[in-house]
Amino acid sequence: MMALSLTKHPMPEQDPKVRAHNFNEVALGYDEETAVAEAERCLNCKVPQCRTGCPVGVNIPGFIAKIKARDYDGAIATIKESNSLPAVCGRVCPQENQCEKHCILGKKGEPVGIGRLERFAADREMAQNKEIVPMEFAKDAQKVAIIGAGPAGLTCAGDLARKGYRVTIFEALHTAGGVLSYGIPEFRLPKDDIVKKEIANLEKLGVKIEVDVVVGQLYTIDELMEEEGFDAVFVGTGAGLPHFMNIPGENLNGVYSANEFLTRCNLMKAYRFPEYATPLRVGNAVAVVGGGNVAMDAARTALRLGAEHVYIVYRRGEDELPARREEAHHAKEEGVDFQLLNNPVEIMSDGKGWVRALKCIRMELGEPDESGRRSPKAVKGSEFELPVDTVVIAIGQGPNPIVASTTPGMETNKRGNIVADEETCATTKPGVFAGGDIVTGAATVILAMGAGKKAAAAIDAYLKEKRGA
Amino acid sequence: MKAKVLKKELLSPKLYRFDVEASRIAKKTQPGQFVILRVNEEGERIPLTVADFDREKGTITLIFQEVGASTELLAQLEPGEEILDFVGPLGQKSEIEPGIGTVVCIGGGVGIAPVYPIARGMKQAGNKVISILGARNKDILIMEEEMRAISDEIFITTDDGSYGVKGFVTTALQQIVDRGEKIDRIYAIGPVVMMKSVVEATRPLGIKTIVSLNPVMVDGTGMCGCCRVEVGGETRFACVDGPEFDGHLVDFDGLRARQAMYREMEAREKDHVCRIGLGRDE
Ligand SMILES: Cc1cc2nc3c(=O)[nH]c(=O)nc-3n(C[C@H](O)[C@H](O)[C@H](O)COP(=O)(O)OP(=O)(O)OC[C@H]3O[C@@H](n4cnc5c(N)ncnc54)[C@H](O)[C@@H]3O)c2cc1C
Ligand SMILES: Cc1cc2nc3c(=O)[nH]c(=O)nc-3n(C[C@H](O)[C@H](O)[C@H](O)COP(=O)(O)OP(=O)(O)OC[C@H]3O[C@@H](n4cnc5c(N)ncnc54)[C@H](O)[C@@H]3O)c2cc1C
Ligand code: SF4
Ligand code: SF4
Ligand code: FES
Repeated sequence: MMALSLTKHPMPEQDPKVRAHNFNEVALGYDEETAVAEAERCLNCKVPQCRTGCPVGVNIPGFIAKIKARDYDGAIATIKESNSLPAVCGRVCPQENQCEKHCILGKKGEPVGIGRLERFAADREMAQNKEIVPMEFAKDAQKVAIIGAGPAGLTCAGDLARKGYRVTIFEALHTAGGVLSYGIPEFRLPKDDIVKKEIANLEKLGVKIEVDVVVGQLYTIDELMEEEGFDAVFVGTGAGLPHFMNIPGENLNGVYSANEFLTRCNLMKAYRFPEYATPLRVGNAVAVVGGGNVAMDAARTALRLGAEHVYIVYRRGEDELPARREEAHHAKEEGVDFQLLNNPVEIMSDGKGWVRALKCIRMELGEPDESGRRSPKAVKGSEFELPVDTVVIAIGQGPNPIVASTTPGMETNKRGNIVADEETCATTKPGVFAGGDIVTGAATVILAMGAGKKAAAAIDAYLKEKRGA
Repeated sequence: MKAKVLKKELLSPKLYRFDVEASRIAKKTQPGQFVILRVNEEGERIPLTVADFDREKGTITLIFQEVGASTELLAQLEPGEEILDFVGPLGQKSEIEPGIGTVVCIGGGVGIAPVYPIARGMKQAGNKVISILGARNKDILIMEEEMRAISDEIFITTDDGSYGVKGFVTTALQQIVDRGEKIDRIYAIGPVVMMKSVVEATRPLGIKTIVSLNPVMVDGTGMCGCCRVEVGGETRFACVDGPEFDGHLVDFDGLRARQAMYREMEAREKDHVCRIGLGRDE
């Protein structure tokens, strides 16, 4: 056997200095030869550990073997057995904590670039613009309503349509996609080339998408089932409610939730203002509070919108950053200034209603707690002011209560998340299923998709029983 | 969903009334609620109160003032043309119930439009409705006939005295209070300064005063937090918790400051627009 490289084939990327000023995709993707060479690193393990790390159990050695054999159609078909949005997952899965974390090659060197290969196979298929054959639905096909067009809802809809159900997705915003459209920026996940195409393909398959419908306001779930004739409902409304820190100064002008900041930029295309009418004020110095993917996205967006200095302010250390490793790395390369072990205590006003500075206190890591995580403690008297004119709060999101509060009989937990069975996604209300961030709290795209898949199988079983099949 | 403009009327300079075809929304709307619309692909999402609805005809009435780029774009639509995105009903409905007693409904400027369905609902529920309509002058007073038809008594005030009582809506309110009328609830909708002065006038009298707030919004579903206002020392999202709040608890100065967040950029976007009537809060 020939000696295999200990490192992954590097991902071609835009130069950090250039890309920090444009919204084009950062990672350019493998070409065919690089992909085949990377695929050759895979040992095709008999007991592939990588699969245990993938939340939906993609047949990883299977699809990689097909890339090796240059059977790209076979590769994508293998992936799609368990993952219906591979072009998305290949780009945004936190692979270092999932599939690649368990790859055997990771013991001695770098794991196989599973995500990169997945993206390669998916992009190649997309470029072919394959005809989608529309489903033919039976006249008396049962109807399913999906609430929310994020990864959970889209996946559930696709699976159910392929099983012959008439599916309508109701989406509150004017564009489908959920976080894929309004949250994750263009430079990480291209909207026209990837997200819109996936959604268009679902529509070609026969899924009906009704945007601009806020369920709970226009229809309640009971009305959908009793008056609009839906036989089952899937709730995939995500974690869209932004948390604030409850510190003084949070309502000053210049303070955004990450959701607002990113929505204005991604969904409303404020980066093309005034051609697009929605404004977004960035300022010269921006502090983004938080250390997850959302914070990285906001920081890198601020740079691209022209901010001269962008800080990440995070109360724990480097190792605790919850963001995908690649995102934190890219942010640093682009010039984001990481202020770790600092906690904001107040947003200071310029006296005219605008932000002047972010007052922080330094933190140090204490002894590990029961969970093994070292919790940060404030260092007395270490307050200092970071001079900024914009603050973006990216410390997490909770569940939006609109659907739950208008649906009697559907239980939520004390955080407001919908209670659903882990295997079937069934809620406490008959015929109503739920999955994704609305159940788990803010998590990942692939987990939301996995839930959508499980729910589709359970809804199929439920509806079969209902029609006495 | 898309919504077709059926009827367009110029009520006074830069003030339009649109009847829009939106039967599903008309069926569900209650007084106090609003819609968010986006005229075209490049457009902003802007909130407008439902000024009236007709469940049979399936129409929604909007009354809006042309103040900037998005309202100007909307004003350019002609009957038969479509609004690309029309979302609603959004926000909480007004608390309209029988047996409240005497309700004073105060509308200032364009604020008369959202007060109308509330006043009508209060009347239909059997309450006594006294209305106060305020405008800068006679020419820009709207909906007098409609309001008259559903009010037990009506007062009109103009800043310049060109019609009705000379002065502000608070002048008329004072007259009602002075004659010993027992007021059980007040609704006040209009420019921030107007709402604030009504609230200051009623605070010592202990009369529950409801106001409808109009901070800048994006999604209107509680997702972005852009519309946050301080009420009773707590941060609330006007799009889902409101837009109506107990006026005695609202931080109006904070609201005004946040409304001005984009004024500079908006001016740049639309620098040729006559700024008269900007932001409805002068
Ligand atoms: C900025 C950002 C970056 C992220 N980066 C990553 C990453 O790199 N990798 C990763 O794996 N995960 C990432 N995540 C997390 C991931 O995006 C989410 O876990 C995932 O999108 C959840 O999917 P979902 O379908 O449950 O909900 P969402 O994607 O949130 O979609 C929910 C949809 O429901 C709609 N909706 C809500 N209420 C209603 C209603 N009442 N009626 C109708 N529609 C409604 C919403 O408008 C939305 O479109 C990121 C999240 C954010 C915010
Ligand atoms: C719940 C609610 C109900 C409203 N109802 C009515 C109504 O019935 N009739 C009416 O004439 N106006 C109403 N408004 C105000 C209306 O939304 C704004 O006039 C409109 O958005 C201005 O946009 P523009 O581009 O034309 O002007 P711009 O020049 O962009 O803005 C002028 C001012 O309008 C406000 N504004 C701007 N963008 C928004 C936005 N996205 N959301 C909210 N306010 C904004 C700001 O204070 C700004 O300074 C309502 C606002 C809210 C929040
Ligand atoms: S879906 Fe995500 S976790 Fe699963 S194999 Fe693909 S990249 Fe890895
Ligand atoms: S563990 Fe690594 S080497 Fe083994 S099959 Fe999976 S990807 Fe290939
Ligand atoms: S407008 Fe976004 S939360 Fe209210």
